Amino acid sequence: MVKNVMLYRKLKNTYFWFMVIGFTLFTFIPLFLILKHTFTMGWNELSIDFIFNTPKPVGEYGGGMSHAIIGSLIIISLAVVVSIPAGIITGTFLSEFPKSKVSSILRTFIGILSGTPSIVIGIFAYVIMVVPLKSFSAWAGSLALSLVILPIVTRSTEEVLKLVPITIREAGLALGFTRIKIFYYLLIKGNRRALSTGVILAISRSMGETAPLLFTAFGNVYLSYKLSGPMATLPVQIFNYASSPHLEWQRQAWTGAMVLIMIIFSINVLSKLILSSSERRM
Amino acid sequence: MLLCQQNLAKKLLMVFKMKLTAKLEERLGISLMYIVVLSIIILIFVMFILLFKMSWPAITKFGFHFITSKEWNPVKEQFGAWPFLYGTIITSILSLMIALPFGVSSAIFITEIGPKKLRIFLGTSIDLIASIPSIIFGMWGLFYLVPFIRETLTPLLKNSIGFLPFFQGPSFGISLLAASLILSIMIIPIISSLCRELFLSVPVTYKEAALALGATPFEKIKLAVLAPSITGIVGAAGLALARALGETMAVVMVIGNSPHVSLSLLSPGATMASILANEYAEAGADLHLASLCYMATLLFIVTMLVNSISRFIIKYFKPKAFRGL
Repeated sequence: MVKNVMLYRKLKNTYFWFMVIGFTLFTFIPLFLILKHTFTMGWNELSIDFIFNTPKPVGEYGGGMSHAIIGSLIIISLAVVVSIPAGIITGTFLSEFPKSKVSSILRTFIGILSGTPSIVIGIFAYVIMVVPLKSFSAWAGSLALSLVILPIVTRSTEEVLKLVPITIREAGLALGFTRIKIFYYLLIKGNRRALSTGVILAISRSMGETAPLLFTAFGNVYLSYKLSGPMATLPVQIFNYASSPHLEWQRQAWTGAMVLIMIIFSINVLSKLILSSSERRM
Repeated sequence: MLLCQQNLAKKLLMVFKMKLTAKLEERLGISLMYIVVLSIIILIFVMFILLFKMSWPAITKFGFHFITSKEWNPVKEQFGAWPFLYGTIITSILSLMIALPFGVSSAIFITEIGPKKLRIFLGTSIDLIASIPSIIFGMWGLFYLVPFIRETLTPLLKNSIGFLPFFQGPSFGISLLAASLILSIMIIPIISSLCRELFLSVPVTYKEAALALGATPFEKIKLAVLAPSITGIVGAAGLALARALGETMAVVMVIGNSPHVSLSLLSPGATMASILANEYAEAGADLHLASLCYMATLLFIVTMLVNSISRFIIKYFKPKAFRGL
């Protein structure tokens, strides 16, 4: 009897073990397939032409996505310039004045913003910039992306600064620092590695965002530096090409996807490297 | 004597100046922080107001009837959100049901079962899946998953459980099912990494106690890992659900964007996010745009509710033993 119960428990254990391993294996199959397909499809078309040239008309062979890559870089750097200082300031505010009324409102708003679907963020940027100016613009796109970046940076800054021991702030006060100096020199500069991983992850997230750019930056077939006009971005360009019926364009979309994945993965690896080197230092 | 006094005066002045500048610096700096923070609050608030204002014509015209009305016809200016609400609910619930066992068991494997070296590798690759942009999921779905559903999965389903009303009608691959599958692939990493953190926060003494009572590894995991973190898993599922509700680009490419309600999972449909992405840039008539804004407001409210409920669950239903750890 006892032996039977034990056997039953052991069988259950083995069954569970196989289930967990099976499910885990299945989890990684799609990842493997996505990477494999993207790289096999994208590799053939990858060339100097693709990165440094603008698209050719339909039917002609060659051409590239340089306008989209440049557009992405412009829009993301505009977004980063505004939203990263703002996010770091907001995060510092939340961690240093946690009890103030402004903080509780701000925390709610940032929470809401971080959970808002990216398409709704795109519509926010649309109603606030495209409607009054009556034109799709790179400005609106970067506003949308900065709304994506802001909550991520704020959250990570708050998390990092909450871990800083109170003694560090007291040491600053004992030296006669003003609070601003403590925030700047001790909290932000002192934790710049940990903060930069959050920033880098936020940038990598905004690299791949398509939905907020669909009706803000809109997309463009030509290379354009005009910030008040529509501008092409890599994800939107991939979307437009992938949903087009031309085989040539679909192939280019795969190459674009491969370039995008490579950029994002290398940014992620960079952030991991920065984090691990900062841990070693501590 | 005079020189000494002058020196003292100078020193005093300097100290005074330093104090003044310090005070000024403090005042300026803190008020600058307040300006930044307040302007962010105002910006977000103004956006809510503007979105509401943009959708006002549709709100006054259709009212709450908008939610239950089935017709979506831009030409006749008849707008109802039910087909999209239906598509959103079906795809996200189905994807959550598919993703939950995978996410939880991969988290169990990574935290409890797998060899140490493999754990780090698997954890990193889960994070990498989470960082793949949704547009690439959508593209892969369109070119690989949709044909797979059309040619392999549909005959399989039809032959085995085809009598169910969910698997009737012709299959073109582009369907609610494809959207659900893509969404589940996308939310597995979220569930997995949230659950990983949960399981790691279970005190080791729990597991040791279970082992000391003679539990098998399965019983240990059931009693000392899963049972204490069950509310956390529910919260994680809620956060993943919110993500699935608002996901746009992957869905828009595989769902077909047709505003029809159909019980069959093999038929094309549309979600709220997908219709926004599809029609927003082309919406000409004012009422059309207003209806889309109304839909965006609805989507925003739904995701906000799901998010805050699941945050609340994670925060307040923690088992007592976890508190203060």
